[in-house]
Amino acid sequence: MSDASILDEIDRRIMLATQEGLPIVARPFAAVAEQVGIPEAEVIARFRFMQDQGIVRRVAAVPNHYRLGYTANGMTVWEVPLDVIDEAGQRLAALEYVSHCYRRPAKPPEWPYTLFAMVHAKDRAQVEARVMEMAALLGDLARSHTVLYSTKILKKTGLRIQG
Amino acid sequence: MMDDLDRRLLDEFQRGFPLDPRPYAAIAGRLGCTEGEVLERLSRLKAEGAVARVGATFRPHRVGSSTLAAMAVPEERLEGVAALVDGFEEVNHNYQRAHRLNLWFVVTAPARERVEGVMAAISRATGLEVQEFPLVRAHRLDLGFPLWN
Repeated sequence: MSDASILDEIDRRIMLATQEGLPIVARPFAAVAEQVGIPEAEVIARFRFMQDQGIVRRVAAVPNHYRLGYTANGMTVWEVPLDVIDEAGQRLAALEYVSHCYRRPAKPPEWPYTLFAMVHAKDRAQVEARVMEMAALLGDLARSHTVLYSTKILKKTGLRIQG
Repeated sequence: MMDDLDRRLLDEFQRGFPLDPRPYAAIAGRLGCTEGEVLERLSRLKAEGAVARVGATFRPHRVGSSTLAAMAVPEERLEGVAALVDGFEEVNHNYQRAHRLNLWFVVTAPARERVEGVMAAISRATGLEVQEFPLVRAHRLDLGFPLWN
């Protein structure tokens, strides 16, 4: 499913140069351009292209949720039959506190869950309240669910590509 | 301490960072402050750890290959196995979670073969099964969420 074919060597160099982030200087794209050896306008045009193509999901000041007090992070998983999973996925995805909502394969009998939705909150009680709201929203669409709380973040970095 | 301007910088630019030669000036225009203030504040928020980074996030599967994987690690081995998993540069997220499957991580590499190779290497090194939970469909991709209501 890789679309790497529409990216060329210059795109890869831009990605490598910026995977730790854009520099916080007045003209960050000019700084990247100098590193990559192309004009500033081309760096911007290529970012825009990668965003239009959906290769870049977002360009952002990415907050560190833990540092901002969002220390409770619950991976909620839902046992939803495949014939209603699109409906269930859309309902959960519409909630603003769900940062991502993905369908993944079940591994029955141990793991019957097909829908994953990540919930961020300030504490566990808030996660629990949100999970109740999600369960009510799904109603009969979900046969069961559970929440996997993170007990320790060992590593979290942006996507890396190797040079 | 964070003030309103810090909060707006954090909350309102979780997507839509201006693709403009002077992006921080464009941000300043929206927030009603100066470019210098935006630069100074973002530098400070980054140094303090409130901002992880300013930059692009890539959509899963669009660049290279990635998957979510999980392991059921005996409690007394968890620290060692977690450190071993962390040691792979292809692992970019790694969380301990309260469940029988207690170690969850994302493996990303330029090619699928390398993703499989990393999972196999972890399994060989630990003698434990690595279960894969690949993405089938994204209903919502991470686009940030409101930080202050």
